[in-house]
Amino acid sequence: MEVFQLLLSGLSQGCVYGLIALGFVMIYKATEMLNFAQGDMMMLGAFVAITFVNLAGLPFFVGFLITLVVMVGFGMGLERTVIRPMIGEPPFAVLMLTIGLGFILRAVAGAIWGSGPRTLDVPFAGSVLEVGGVVLGYENLVVIGGTALLCIALWAFFRYSRIGVAMQAASQNQLAAYYCGVPVKRVTSLVWGISAAISAAAGVLVAPVMLIDPMMGFLGIKAFAAAIVGGFGSLPGAIVGGLLIGVVEQFAGLYLPAGLGEVSAFVILLVMLMARPQGIFASMQQKKV
Amino acid sequence: MALLTVRNVETYYGPIMAIRGVSLEVDDGGIVTVLGANGAGKTTVLKTVCGAMDPRKGAVDFDGRDITGLDPDRVAQLGVGHVPEGREVFPFLTVEENLVVGAFSRKRADFSDDLEMVYGYFPALADRRKQPGGFLSGGEQQMLAIGRALMLRPRLMLLDEPSLGLAPTLAREIAGIVARLRSEQRMAILLVEQNARMALDISDYGYVMETGRIVMEDTCERLKNATDIQEFYLGMKDRGVRGRRRWKQRKTWR
Repeated sequence: MEVFQLLLSGLSQGCVYGLIALGFVMIYKATEMLNFAQGDMMMLGAFVAITFVNLAGLPFFVGFLITLVVMVGFGMGLERTVIRPMIGEPPFAVLMLTIGLGFILRAVAGAIWGSGPRTLDVPFAGSVLEVGGVVLGYENLVVIGGTALLCIALWAFFRYSRIGVAMQAASQNQLAAYYCGVPVKRVTSLVWGISAAISAAAGVLVAPVMLIDPMMGFLGIKAFAAAIVGGFGSLPGAIVGGLLIGVVEQFAGLYLPAGLGEVSAFVILLVMLMARPQGIFASMQQKKV
Repeated sequence: MALLTVRNVETYYGPIMAIRGVSLEVDDGGIVTVLGANGAGKTTVLKTVCGAMDPRKGAVDFDGRDITGLDPDRVAQLGVGHVPEGREVFPFLTVEENLVVGAFSRKRADFSDDLEMVYGYFPALADRRKQPGGFLSGGEQQMLAIGRALMLRPRLMLLDEPSLGLAPTLAREIAGIVARLRSEQRMAILLVEQNARMALDISDYGYVMETGRIVMEDTCERLKNATDIQEFYLGMKDRGVRGRRRWKQRKTWR
């Protein structure tokens, strides 16, 4: 029974890694930039949710939706003001920029909301569901269910909506998308917006099981590992990689000597890079020279 | 009044001047071809027209409007379709999705009649509408690229080397369709080709480019009969008095 509970909490933790990784991969596919502030966007999303739910007293789901909208705006604004002037600069410069951005977001969040840990008021906190002797925390179920819903929504968006298909087109061949009349710059803004919103959703979903503080964004490093394990450039791979790391982390934390749980994500990453460097879902297309 | 006017355009790749003062005109409903060897600057002319590259000097007017320096998506929205060199289809989108992206700038919800129009010209695409663009053969990808530009319902289509890498029969088929498009869709076409014979057969007017300049222009009828063109582009008159065409073509010399 213990195994089931571990599996469940591992999956829910993995969902959070997977969602952040999804944000990483989306931005990478659209712009070939690595956004190391992805974890901090999650942190920011969680704090925005606290503002609306705890402080403004809105119902949880209303506050959640407003948070998503705010974060879409934040991501688009960030792309417009900070990232777009960097187009054409070396990838390393963009990387440093996003790392610096992470520092700024942490500092700003600390200044606004304080550096102490907080909890988000969620209606389902602490309640459990017992099925055949297995105790399932509602928080975990909500994380998993929420992630599944979000993935389905994203899949439908990319598959059926015109703007979603145009986004795929722009990431596959930017110049050809331009020739077709796709406003690539605006589409890229929107990618950043959606990516920020996904991270924020991860932040809100993880809130019941984790304390929220300005440093929680370092979770993003594990999400980065998840993205690589899944095969950088693959959206389903990001989720699968996240789940894998989440589950292994839980089991390693219980059954292996102390401390190994924390590093297990990176052990997986190293093993993966040695055994199958292209990741689980190797969907990266060969770049033509 | 010409539909497209290019005036004294100079475009650079970094410090390298790729086209050095090119002027050309395309009339509404006409086919104009630009001939020239590799590296003459033909593709750069198209890229400058569509906005992918900005000229350092000169201007591009489309339909009485200055479009110099506009982003390519804006130019496309004005009705300039571009079939890029090397086809450049979206490899992981299906054929139908590729076509729908082609119509992105048009504010309509239903494109079924446009799709039918494209499938009418290219029945091979209709059979493969659910397959990813990357799985198509070279000829089908070329058809898809042309179809994608057609979805824009363009007034001017820029066609960059449509016969590149295709079997001769396929190249002829594409040429036939280009000629049909002009008469049936009432659009102007600016065609860049290395296959000079095919280009001269379907076009009204031709420009010849060499190292970034236009060195000759005339109606295609007269270009076909010009001795230089016959010699260098159509390969008709080969043997001069000295028994060889050009020094360049000798493999060894001392």
